Amino acid sequence: MVPFNYLVAKGTAEASSLSQSHILSKFIAGGTNLIDLMKENISRPDTLIDVNKIQGIGQIEELRDGSLRIGALAKNADTAYHAIVAKKYPLLSQAILAGASPQLRNMASNGGNLLQRTRCYYFYDVATPCNKRDPGSGCSALGGYNRIHAILGASDNCIAVFPSDMCVALAALSASLNISGINGDRTLDFADFHRLPGDTPELDNNLQPGELITSIDLPPERFDSHYSYLKLRDRTSYAFALVSVATALKIENGLIKDARIALGGVAHKPWRNSEAEGYLKDNQPNAQNFAIAADIILKEAKGYEHNTFKIELAKRAIVRNGLKAVNQSQV
Amino acid sequence: MSMKNDYFGKPINRVDGYAKVTGEAKYAAEFNAPNLLYGYIINSTITKGEIKTIRTEKATALAGVVKVFTYKNRKNTAWLDLKYADMDAPPGIPFKPLHDKKIRYNSQPIGLVVAESFELARYAATLVEIDYDTEDHHTDLMANLDAARKPKKGLASFFKPGPPKPKGNADEVFESSAFKASGKFIHGMEHHNPMEMFSSTVMYEEGGKLTIYDKTQGAVNSQLYVANVFGKSFKNVRVISPYVGGAFGSALRPQHQLFLAVMASLDLKRSVRVSMNRHQMFSFGHRPYTVQDTHFGADRAGKIQSLNHTAIGETSRFEDYSETVVNWANMIYPSANVSLDYKLVPLDVASPMDMRAPGGVTGLHAIECTIDELAFAAKIDPIEFRMINYSDHDDSSGKPYSSKDLKECFRQGSESFGWHKRNPEPRSMKRDGKLVGWGMAVGLWDANHLPARAECLLRADGKLIVSSATADIGTGTYTVMAQIAADGMGMSIDNVEFQLGDTKMPFAPIQGGSFTAASVGMAVKAACLGLQGKLLKQAKKLKPEMFKGTTTDDVEFANDSIRIKGTTDQVLSLSAIVAATGQKEIKSRNTGFPRVLKQRKYVRCAHSAVFVEVEVDEDFGLVKVTRMLNVVAAGKIINPKTARSQILGGMVWGISKALREETIMDHRFGRIMNSSLAEYHIPVNADINKLEVIFVEENDTIVNDLQIKGIGEIGIVGVAPAIANAIFHATGKRINNLPITLDQLMA
Ligand SMILES: Cc1cc2nc3c(=O)[nH]c(=O)nc-3n(C[C@H](O)[C@H](O)[C@H](O)COP(=O)(O)OP(=O)(O)OC[C@H]3O[C@@H](n4cnc5c(N)ncnc54)[C@H](O)[C@@H]3O)c2cc1C
Ligand code: SF4
Repeated sequence: MVPFNYLVAKGTAEASSLSQSHILSKFIAGGTNLIDLMKENISRPDTLIDVNKIQGIGQIEELRDGSLRIGALAKNADTAYHAIVAKKYPLLSQAILAGASPQLRNMASNGGNLLQRTRCYYFYDVATPCNKRDPGSGCSALGGYNRIHAILGASDNCIAVFPSDMCVALAALSASLNISGINGDRTLDFADFHRLPGDTPELDNNLQPGELITSIDLPPERFDSHYSYLKLRDRTSYAFALVSVATALKIENGLIKDARIALGGVAHKPWRNSEAEGYLKDNQPNAQNFAIAADIILKEAKGYEHNTFKIELAKRAIVRNGLKAVNQSQV
Repeated sequence: MSMKNDYFGKPINRVDGYAKVTGEAKYAAEFNAPNLLYGYIINSTITKGEIKTIRTEKATALAGVVKVFTYKNRKNTAWLDLKYADMDAPPGIPFKPLHDKKIRYNSQPIGLVVAESFELARYAATLVEIDYDTEDHHTDLMANLDAARKPKKGLASFFKPGPPKPKGNADEVFESSAFKASGKFIHGMEHHNPMEMFSSTVMYEEGGKLTIYDKTQGAVNSQLYVANVFGKSFKNVRVISPYVGGAFGSALRPQHQLFLAVMASLDLKRSVRVSMNRHQMFSFGHRPYTVQDTHFGADRAGKIQSLNHTAIGETSRFEDYSETVVNWANMIYPSANVSLDYKLVPLDVASPMDMRAPGGVTGLHAIECTIDELAFAAKIDPIEFRMINYSDHDDSSGKPYSSKDLKECFRQGSESFGWHKRNPEPRSMKRDGKLVGWGMAVGLWDANHLPARAECLLRADGKLIVSSATADIGTGTYTVMAQIAADGMGMSIDNVEFQLGDTKMPFAPIQGGSFTAASVGMAVKAACLGLQGKLLKQAKKLKPEMFKGTTTDDVEFANDSIRIKGTTDQVLSLSAIVAATGQKEIKSRNTGFPRVLKQRKYVRCAHSAVFVEVEVDEDFGLVKVTRMLNVVAAGKIINPKTARSQILGGMVWGISKALREETIMDHRFGRIMNSSLAEYHIPVNADINKLEVIFVEENDTIVNDLQIKGIGEIGIVGVAPAIANAIFHATGKRINNLPITLDQLMA
């Protein structure tokens, strides 16, 4: 760990301007990811800007248009157990609670969760080449141990996956992000936030330098009747997803009226496929149709030496979780 | 002379439990000294070659960095390789930290940064620039099987005998057997990963006298190592290790943080602490990668006719670490034709080390899964099949077992588990849309007894202090020794304190191999008898009329007193005896010797039968061990509570071995890729469901007078095969590569 300065920001504008004036700085929220990365010498900020004291970006509130605003500083645990979230957006609660451990969720902020970095083994080992950590050095995972790596949307430069569970639900729910920066505030669709690796695997997302996420908006469409989050992993808890699926359905008169299927653990960002979701619309919510949707989603999937199993695993997970969503009803 | 039984066999609470849960118990890295320096280890990032240049200027330029040690400036240490050999060193030349510029395996220690704070040392370590000349390396066992050769023999072979000579013609008889079963079994590398990371705090005193707080399973072993390597006399090296936060074999040998901390302390003439981080916990011993082949044959009646079992394990280039992997089959199952073989492949890796039931967990997995397969082929129930092939003798040596109540384990186990309800057909049992499987397996482990010493010291205030330089790696040594001593002296356990882990105390062997309870227990017993004799002598002086003409047979020790047998008024309190001598204490140091001549005629083992139920979600290859029962016959049980915990720990680790843990190496780099507890998967609470333990008590006057066999390892031995057999029963799939991950099972 490199020695660093520690500053406290009291407002969003101050945070952005401090960040602007300290080029090698990083915001710190819960610290559950950043401190690890600093200890491993992967992240080497010379200044930490503590954002935890900023007022007004930690609460969860209903907006007039029926959407729900979740503060970036709200803790993962507080979000998952929040009465409104648990009741109206149970898919999000399920997904958050499938991640990490109770201790971590108590510390982890929602903003930090969006910016957590990949768990690729090579990214974490500074003695091995990695394009994401050290652009141009090469991708060790490509010809190496890639059991946990991507099957969709990868490039020859990086086959890492984005590890969050929470974000898979946010993708399915078509959330949007409120961002504040030196040049003012902006809103970004969740789908446009995380990036595919392409030629710039060092960039995980489209946040600009100095920009701070202030909150996450969940649209009024809340999918509280037919939803399910399924996470498949190497142990029953406290392990990242090999494959996860967030499914949200609107069913009327026995037909699917709106389908959302987001996959986690398979790509550099939570993965949705509009063709598959379009196929399900006006179709019956049965195993056969979910299987067809699964085939569409995984059509372009590509496995590597150790992770080809994920393709079939993802298909089966989509089908199983579709049926779970159909049968799971809160009301 | 009398020995009471007030505490033996009772579920006494852990005497060190309070200190541990309140944080009062101090571990090696928690002892402080004024002006303590902190060392941070630099590890090699290549696997084989030489250090070309190593530049430390940037690090040493930082204020507060005291020195950076490398092979170039380390202090002179012993030049004789033998001096580096600790009590558990396998044949070969032990790894010598910072010895020369050679890189022998990836992550080997190549430097130590010493600074005024830990954080500074850690940062400075990142500023040390190293260039290497690299050579081709080989770390992949499966790609180097053709290099397999016989292991070298050495002192360590005493506990790890090689395979016995072949009998009959195993290959031919296998081919013509009515029923056959065979398999290839692959076990990945595993690391011990105790919770407490390796640390040594070296307190420097004027003149170079050292007091060392070390994480070790044998303070005497660390003392021997430091004295030999640094040319110091034993009296100037005191090693203390009161608590060990788990070790599982990893602390049987002194680890390199001890060398580095002592080296720095002697050089700088200051107190130094060196602690490893979790990554560095992967930079030394491990359970070796092993591949096994079995071919077992039985006749029409299910009687085994042929046993063929071979194993190839990895070792380092510099030491021949070996395990007893293949010897067990013929110890359990008689067979006229036997062929066993065990070989090693030296690779560019750290020397493997003993890890809980070394060799046994590995070998029994292959054996017990093949037996299950053979029983299945013969259409005989797995327990019945084992009864058909049951023996009270060890067929491989021809000697009888000192005791073996495995039959009773089968009986109680199947009754309690409900085994008769098992439908033998694979895939026949279902629950909630999941496949259910029931499997079982046998476990076996040696019951050894080594010479050890102990001291009993009775104070005038009536407190008995019992000590021996043994360890308590969480097993319950503190508790069971207090029980044995309280019984031995007829005292209340509240007046007894057991102390351990200090080289000032009487000698005890390193704590491993499940022999501590027996070895140190017998030493404590001997010391009690010694003290009884001394007390009687004093009692005669004090109350000549009461004890006149009595021998030790005429008196008994009870209620913290000595009395004439059968009386209630002819009594003298023990504290009064001490007080009357005018001295502060009366003590006796004695050795507990094994009765080698008697023991030699027998084979001494603990046995177990493990029963497992799994639920398998076949779509996803997910396995849930819904219940497990371990029935253990290990002589008499000193403390059913601590004993049960020991067995439970073994069962949890067995689940881990079968389903969770494996060290992943990228052989291109020779580096371990999952050296953290986030990625090195061990079970979490959610993985553990119903676990039950039954002890079948055995009478065994051969093993030792306490009739105990040791239970540190038997708890894990049969677990992985029982799980694999249950998975076969559930799914019809035999998966022989551990851990059984979801991708293997969903295919
Ligand atoms: C062992 C382990 C297991 C885990 N398992 C899982 C799991 O199974 N599933 C899962 O989803 N997650 C898992 N996590 C990850 C965990 O969810 C994240 O570490 C956590 O969400 C990060 O939040 P934080 O507040 O601690 O972020 P920090 O560590 O404080 O910050 C992370 C990053 O986000 C940036 N940042 C923080 N807040 C903001 C903001 N408001 N605007 C802009 N940038 C910001 C920081 O600069 C930093 O770069 C695991 C973590 C660990 C250590
Ligand atoms: S997959 Fe991405 S993160 Fe992993 S080694 Fe390759 S470039 Fe680095």
